[in-house]
Amino acid sequence: MEVETFYEVMRRQGITRRSFMKFCSLTAASLGLAPGFVPKIAYAMETKPRTPVIWLHGLECTCCSESFIRSAHPLTKDVVLSMISLDYDDTLMAAAGYQAEEIIADVRKKYKGNFILAVEGNPPLNEDGMYCIQAGRPFVEVLKETAADAKAIISWGSCASWGCVQAGKPNPTRATPVHKVITDKPIIKVPGCPPIAEVMTAVITYMLTFDRIPELDRQGRPKMFYGQRIHDKCYRRANFDAGQFVEHWDDDAARKGYCLYKMGCKGPTTYNACSTVRWNDGVSFPIQSGHGCIGCSEDGFWDKGGFYNRVTGINQFGIEANADKVGGTVAAVVGAAVVAHAAASALSRARSTHDDQNREDK
Amino acid sequence: MSVKTMDETAAGTTVYVYEAPVRVWHWISALCIVVLAVTGYFIANPLPSVSGEASEHFLMGYIRFMHFSAAYIFAIGFVARIYWAMVGNKNARQLFMLPPIFSKDWWAGMLQEVRWYLFLEKEPRKYVGHNPLALLFMFVAITLGGLFMIATGFALYGEGAQGWSHALFSSWVIPLFGQSQDVHTWHHMVAWGIVWFIMLHVYAAIREDIMSPQTMVSAIISGYRSFRK
Ligand code: HEM
Ligand code: SF4
Ligand code: SF4
Repeated sequence: MEVETFYEVMRRQGITRRSFMKFCSLTAASLGLAPGFVPKIAYAMETKPRTPVIWLHGLECTCCSESFIRSAHPLTKDVVLSMISLDYDDTLMAAAGYQAEEIIADVRKKYKGNFILAVEGNPPLNEDGMYCIQAGRPFVEVLKETAADAKAIISWGSCASWGCVQAGKPNPTRATPVHKVITDKPIIKVPGCPPIAEVMTAVITYMLTFDRIPELDRQGRPKMFYGQRIHDKCYRRANFDAGQFVEHWDDDAARKGYCLYKMGCKGPTTYNACSTVRWNDGVSFPIQSGHGCIGCSEDGFWDKGGFYNRVTGINQFGIEANADKVGGTVAAVVGAAVVAHAAASALSRARSTHDDQNREDK
Repeated sequence: MSVKTMDETAAGTTVYVYEAPVRVWHWISALCIVVLAVTGYFIANPLPSVSGEASEHFLMGYIRFMHFSAAYIFAIGFVARIYWAMVGNKNARQLFMLPPIFSKDWWAGMLQEVRWYLFLEKEPRKYVGHNPLALLFMFVAITLGGLFMIATGFALYGEGAQGWSHALFSSWVIPLFGQSQDVHTWHHMVAWGIVWFIMLHVYAAIREDIMSPQTMVSAIISGYRSFRK
């Protein structure tokens, strides 16, 4: 089979030239690129051989796939999906059984070192990986094998990026994020539970069109979508700065749409694009519907205390207390000790001066 | 460390201990820490909401601004103080060197000091600089605690401000702790630790001033420490 370009694949899928150009400008816009990039993207897609994508699933809930197929712009979805589903995604593709497994082997051979591996979910490592068996084999084996021939890996969602719920304490299956299993390939983390559809399609489009990985931050997340916190672009930020907070879920401040900081909003500690890109075709995002951010795209968000605590509480000796209660209690104890010690000091001093005086009198 | 040549600490003598930069630093830092602790508390537990339009108010903004201004002064003072530890007298160095934990004498002094606070000792030893117990507390709370608050504080600051604090602190401190929430939690808990230290520090200084044979409060004001009977 001759290697096709992206453009040829799209045309074969029945996409018109006009739609194709629209897709190119949309891509440029969603990646924050200047209009001058549109012809560059078009040129790249017309000339570059198509890069196949293999999409594997480990321990996960499929929310990433669910999000992905709901990408707002139908065009983006169709185009990107048609590029991807051609290869391997056991949830979305039509093939099954041996026929399906053959596709992986085929792509690995034909596109060795030249395909992108997208991983949704993560491998459990306990019991030699038998907590996640696919086609009769532990997922961790399939992952390692496929990764060995891939050009780069995309870790979809918080599962692949950090571990998410199945890695929550005490993590009985030892579910392990992808970057701790595969250490010799570039890995792009796209965390979130799930990640925003437009972010997913934009990341994959960027990689396919420009044939390189987007700029990543220290923790391996694309800077263009994870460079800022929810709090930095939240439309309730003005209320935060003014000092206007919701105190109870049903108070007047809640109706007025004040800041949810006191309700434990984790926007100040969460890196994601929700407050800019929003969800479901830009309709809304959690804070806009009156609920604080729960920090779903952050490392270990299941183990950071309640979803309604902005800082992690202290859980020792069976009591649940927040840092201020503990801090205040200890401060009170220290204060009481100081007072008691001062009293004892005064007493002992009085006694010793008394003794001194007695001695002098004698 | 426990410099106590007979003539220096003999009753009736007065020794120049704290040079002017150390004293100025002490009082500026003290003020900063009070401002940081109070504004920090109100960052974590904001005041009741103000009414009216958001555009008419900037309460939380001002509280945070005070925190960050005091933070800058505290941090710059800290750096200047480290410089002075290098060029100042030997007492200026005490705070920035690992306490002499391998010295038997130092631990003996520590025991003596603990017994003094438990009323088991009639008289504490005399020290020109800090006594071992005080030094240990100050080293942990101010040298380590201060560094910790500066590192975590500027890491949090850099998240919003970007710029140099992001490059210098956020970029590595946040991954080191795991995520931003952990940095907040630790910054918050260590803040309480510093509050506990300040309470003990102020009490101990005043008490020593009254009860021990050496002056404390006036020493950090005038720089001279006197030894009485
Ligand atoms: C003795 C020194 C300090 C004390 C006692 C202190 C105290 C606090 C406290 C209690 C909080 C609230 C934490 C939370 O619940 O999220 C806080 C937040 C913060 N502090 Fe400090 N702090 C100190 C030094 C610093 C320094 C040196 C900086 C450097 C810029 C700094 C920057 C910040 C920032 C950026 C926040 C978060 C503000 C926000 O989320 O809006 N702090 N501080
Ligand atoms: S609602 Fe949350 S993200 Fe928005 S300003 Fe308030 S604390 Fe920040
Ligand atoms: S607002 Fe926060 S919790 Fe909600 S989806 Fe976005 S990052 Fe996740």
